[in-house]
Amino acid sequence: MNDARILDRPAALDVAAIRAQFPILREQVRGKPLVFLDSAASAQKPRAVIEAMVHAMEHQYANIHRGLHWMSERTTEAYEAARDAAQALLGAKEREEIVFVRNTTEGINLLAHSYGRAVLKPGDAVLISAMEHHSNIVPWQMLRDSHGIELRIAPVTDAGELDMEAFATLLDDGRVKLVAITHMSNVLGTYTPVERIVALAHEAGAKVMLDGSQAVVHRKVDVQALGCDFYVFTGHKLYGPTGIGVLWGRRELLEAMPPFLGGGDMISTVSFERSEWAKVPHKFEAGTPAILEGVGLKAAIDWTVALGWDRVAAHEQALTDHALARLSEIEGVRVLGQAQDRGGVVSFTLDGVHAHDVATILDRQGIAVRAGQHCAEPLMRRFGLDSTARASFAAYTTMAEIDYLAEQLARVRAFFR
Amino acid sequence: MTGAAAFDELRDLYQEVILDHGRHPRNHRRLADADRSAKGDNPMCGDRVEVFLRLGADGRIAEASFEGRGCAISQASASLMTELVSGRTADEAKELASALRSLARTGACPACQGAVAEAMERLAPLGGVSEYPSRVKCATLAWHALEAALAGEGKATTE
Ligand SMILES: Cc1ncc(COP(=O)(O)O)c(C=O)c1O
Repeated sequence: MNDARILDRPAALDVAAIRAQFPILREQVRGKPLVFLDSAASAQKPRAVIEAMVHAMEHQYANIHRGLHWMSERTTEAYEAARDAAQALLGAKEREEIVFVRNTTEGINLLAHSYGRAVLKPGDAVLISAMEHHSNIVPWQMLRDSHGIELRIAPVTDAGELDMEAFATLLDDGRVKLVAITHMSNVLGTYTPVERIVALAHEAGAKVMLDGSQAVVHRKVDVQALGCDFYVFTGHKLYGPTGIGVLWGRRELLEAMPPFLGGGDMISTVSFERSEWAKVPHKFEAGTPAILEGVGLKAAIDWTVALGWDRVAAHEQALTDHALARLSEIEGVRVLGQAQDRGGVVSFTLDGVHAHDVATILDRQGIAVRAGQHCAEPLMRRFGLDSTARASFAAYTTMAEIDYLAEQLARVRAFFR
Repeated sequence: MTGAAAFDELRDLYQEVILDHGRHPRNHRRLADADRSAKGDNPMCGDRVEVFLRLGADGRIAEASFEGRGCAISQASASLMTELVSGRTADEAKELASALRSLARTGACPACQGAVAEAMERLAPLGGVSEYPSRVKCATLAWHALEAALAGEGKATTE
């Protein structure tokens, strides 16, 4: 089937070689080889990332930005190299526009807390969509309740795409000052039409934040070409470690924002009367950061970029097409979302079998899928569902794994009949 | 593919009793004349149940029912519960709930002797969830709601 398309391409990903770099893929679970189809929740780590972090701990580690000694200086360089890597990854204009945070959730909370309180005024509106992850809903609700902003929700069509007509209408009265929207849905796989979103938002006088948690793993992101104002992603989905993520913002916007957390590293002078803030990005990076995780994130970015975005995209497109084709052959399987522009995330239901039972039975066969609401309860409700099962793909996913998933799903159906 | 042998490895968790009660839950309806009711909420997986109890003149549970949707495990557990608590006093029902929780968490039930022994025999298939920590709450949800209803609390959560 689609395998041919991959094999025909001279520049196709060498998936076997990629898999050899992921030690965990040799594990067995419940006596079966691990088939890991839950990369959208968190991706596995290649040897390059593991070794970079181990190397730092074994050979090159101290606190950063503080010591005058050799170890601290080398560690600072290694950590700051992650900022350069993230800058290049996102196509940011300046390295100082890269703020390290713990994860996407913290990045959005930072933005809501700081930009939300200092720049947005009571009565201004923030526009999100019906397909957001809870991390891009709850911080804005908290801001609404504490600061008196209005929260607007752009609807999603039955096909699982952003309803652009409604989106434009919601901008009409000019009160929306920030659009905070996902770049790719973690449930539907849908890519949002970012260029149009940005054009409409800017025309209406609103800034745009994109939640790139999913998109950044699968596509070349260029924040300057996209034209957005803030971009957030989390390292652990990008084959990197947990505990580190990135908030990118245009320098002038970051400079106008007050700090989020106070403490060491984020100040230039401190007295008991007053303190002065350090320059961006350090103003937002209070306390000892996730040093080893920064080292790991740099390795992860380097590793991902070296795969080649074209090849990653072609591989994942082929996997997704194949998965959609195979699942459609199974009676009773319904895939959620049929967006034109979609990535390697496939949510589905199986008639008469609850998603948790699907997941448990697949787990019994060594297959890891996620089941539940995927931290997107309002989206589930939009489609009238309590839960779905979700298979998600990465560079190390094979066609054979998808075939195995389809075979086992057919068995689940037979078992519950 | 349809022979039971093809699915042997699934039988530790999905025994016939569970499949049966999961497919055809007993007492799956609202009790119009309920004296007590309580909702159970599992925020992690989105499962929700509501348990209804009608009490007899002797203070025993005369009738129990439940509403809600969820996985086979949670439906089967709720269904079995409604059958097993009928005719019991509140204390006996609580004792059974606590024995079920122990069974679901550990797969064993050292306290499952005496008054609850017979009922626990019927619940034994639910012990399979102890191998699947994320599914334990599916088995215990309705029982949390039962306890909340008995305590007059109206609401229970597994968190
Ligand atoms: C679209 C999207 N946004 C935000 C998040 C939150 O990421 P994190 O939990 O790392 O903060 C996730 C993943 O969980 C996601 O898929």
